[in-house]
Amino acid sequence: MAKKMHDTPNLDQLESGPWPSFVTGLKREAAKKDIMVDLMGQLEESYKTKKGFWKGGTVGVFGYGGGIIPRFTELKDANEQPMFPDAAEFHTIRLQPPAGMHYDTKTLRQFCDIWDKYGSGLIAFHGQSGDIMFQGCTTANVQPAWEELNEMGFDLGGAGPALRTSMSCVGAARCEMSCYDEAKALRTVINNNIDDMHRPALPYKFKFKFSGCPNDCTNAIQRSDMATIGTWRDNIQVNEGIARDYMKSHGMDKLVNDVISKCPTRAITLRNKAEAVTSGSISTVAVDDQHVLQIENHDCVRCMHCLNVMPGALLPGKDKGVTILVGGKSVLKIGASMGTVVIPFMKLESEDDFEALNDLSRNILDFFAENALEHERTGEMIERIGLVNFLEGLDIEIDPSMIVHPRTNPYVRMDDWDEEAEKWNERKSAA
Amino acid sequence: MAELRAPDECGVPDPAPFMHPIMNKNYGKWVFHSHPKPGVLYHRAASGDELWTVKCGTARQMDLYTIRLLCDIADKHSDGHLRFTARSNVEFGLTDASKIEPLIADLGKHGFPVGGTANSVSMIAHTQGWLHCDIPGTDASGVVKALMDELHEEFIKCEMPNRVKLSTSCCEINCGGQADIAIIVQHTKPPKINHDLVANVCERPSVVARCPVAAIRPALVNGKPSLEVDEKKCICCGACFPPCPPMQINDPEHSKIAIWVGGKNSNARSKPTFHKLVASGLPNNAPRWPEVGAVVKNILAVYKADAQPWERIADWIDRIGWPRFFEKTGLPFTKFHIDDWRGARNSLNASTHIRF
Repeated sequence: MAKKMHDTPNLDQLESGPWPSFVTGLKREAAKKDIMVDLMGQLEESYKTKKGFWKGGTVGVFGYGGGIIPRFTELKDANEQPMFPDAAEFHTIRLQPPAGMHYDTKTLRQFCDIWDKYGSGLIAFHGQSGDIMFQGCTTANVQPAWEELNEMGFDLGGAGPALRTSMSCVGAARCEMSCYDEAKALRTVINNNIDDMHRPALPYKFKFKFSGCPNDCTNAIQRSDMATIGTWRDNIQVNEGIARDYMKSHGMDKLVNDVISKCPTRAITLRNKAEAVTSGSISTVAVDDQHVLQIENHDCVRCMHCLNVMPGALLPGKDKGVTILVGGKSVLKIGASMGTVVIPFMKLESEDDFEALNDLSRNILDFFAENALEHERTGEMIERIGLVNFLEGLDIEIDPSMIVHPRTNPYVRMDDWDEEAEKWNERKSAA
Repeated sequence: MAELRAPDECGVPDPAPFMHPIMNKNYGKWVFHSHPKPGVLYHRAASGDELWTVKCGTARQMDLYTIRLLCDIADKHSDGHLRFTARSNVEFGLTDASKIEPLIADLGKHGFPVGGTANSVSMIAHTQGWLHCDIPGTDASGVVKALMDELHEEFIKCEMPNRVKLSTSCCEINCGGQADIAIIVQHTKPPKINHDLVANVCERPSVVARCPVAAIRPALVNGKPSLEVDEKKCICCGACFPPCPPMQINDPEHSKIAIWVGGKNSNARSKPTFHKLVASGLPNNAPRWPEVGAVVKNILAVYKADAQPWERIADWIDRIGWPRFFEKTGLPFTKFHIDDWRGARNSLNASTHIRF
């Protein structure tokens, strides 16, 4: 039986309303656990004073240097004693979920049993990097809780200046837009570099994320140092039956307004059947007996819009692969920045392809480890040293798909212009 | 002392054993999807296999009773499998359409809102806040609970022009991420320094290096090594606080909440965009944050009424222009909306493209 609850008038207000209430959950655990009674006491104090009261520290498990988020209370009385002693330690264990965040109930129930035994009873599915967060553990209970979770076949996630836990979208498991095996790519890259997650030794955090198509459901482009995003390079595939179904249920106005006129590069045209154009780069699909929709694939930027509006009628091409972008990050030194294209296209099908992805990710991690300043993210490092230095360091050939437009600033030394032009010509003639 | 057990560095688990069997069977072979009703998705594989998905919202930070309840529901309706989305919604997979309504009824009975698909306002991605973060200016679970109560109807219906993603972050570091509408605490005053503690707690050079505007320098205060802040330069970002907690940035009164709009990570139509500041100075008014809710609901209502089908908030503003955005939402446009950070001139209008 847990100790007496503290008065929580502010938190109580968050129990009403239609959305599921975390406060109701906290109270249910508090009925059994002293740690949760005092957690609620401290949280109510934050609501009253509008201040946070946690500080970090160093708590870990044997063999690893990271993965636990230590929290110690700063709410102390005049004698430096915690005002809420049973929640004075409230650490989080970060655990890596199965790629795609699929679970069976046996596993989830086992998580619950372990956390009932050792923790506060509060679990977050999932943190912003994708970790399962087992929230609220005393220092003494971290090691035994971890051992039982590890025995289930789960491993700690990342924290501190380390490789971080990764995310992939639902992808191939359920989505027709998927352009590669996201789960396999994630597991290849993370599991081969796991030492950098468990023993933090990088300049700062490094995140990989994996999205199956440019809809980018894991937000890889903004939130990962290396984003692997599915794409294709041949023609959009079509299904006439589904295209005709779309036309029947939506009509010409919607086809024109929602599909054709919203194409960002005006790659789509509507033609009378008799005037359809034939070419190796054009996808053609009849939408009714008179009209065909035609897509000039050389003009298409694989934005996904028409595929999203006409699911199944238009599908990614057959020659699938990934685009890789580096340096996405949130704020601090240089503000938020998107990832930059460094590999416009690579195949990701054979074992050799996955090995190439693994080599690339290892090389980027190594370059980051050796060249970034302390507390500098990959995107900030690239801004400081310039993209060309980064590419040369990694032995990646330059490509016009890496830029929005060529330089506008004439202040540059170009002594090696002729040699560089020759390199381009050689590559072109070798292709 | 018992011998310590060395970890099994097993890494990321293979998802295959956890997936619904029909997902395993048709992995990479899906060809069509549709949206039969709010909260329900339909997928068809090349083999002809069919899968219905029912999606519901959660509180993200859940107690064991709730998780076990979700397991009971999955055991009863979806063959003991479920998955979580990046925004902490739960998805149950069904192979039989006749199971959809009983599942929805069960979820409803236990208070799980069904929705979050297609053109809805999805669950708000959020951070830890006062519950667990060491540098939060506000709560996150609380802001999200309060706001999702207000937006409940928009979660269970799909009446927006396109999908709407929200995020909440309890400080400007913005772990919550980019979103169509982002709710972020904004510090408005320089840090208050407890000079007695700095020398003991902070590695001074790394704090100096952390400041993005070089406003921090070493100083001797009362005979002790400490730090000082050039308050004219300081942008109140709070970056000095994590490595040096005696530089207190959070302030019960002056930590305000700002609203940012038009972020999206999808490449659909326009390129991915960052969210932009539209409102600030909103009070950190726990436990219901009504002022924040009012601004968010207003922006959503204007977007809903004005945007064309398939326009995300960023696409809509691209079409109507920022002057009209401020006009239509009634939000004040101030000098603080004009960027003065590195690269700011890229955000200024260097054309005569002006809408009247």
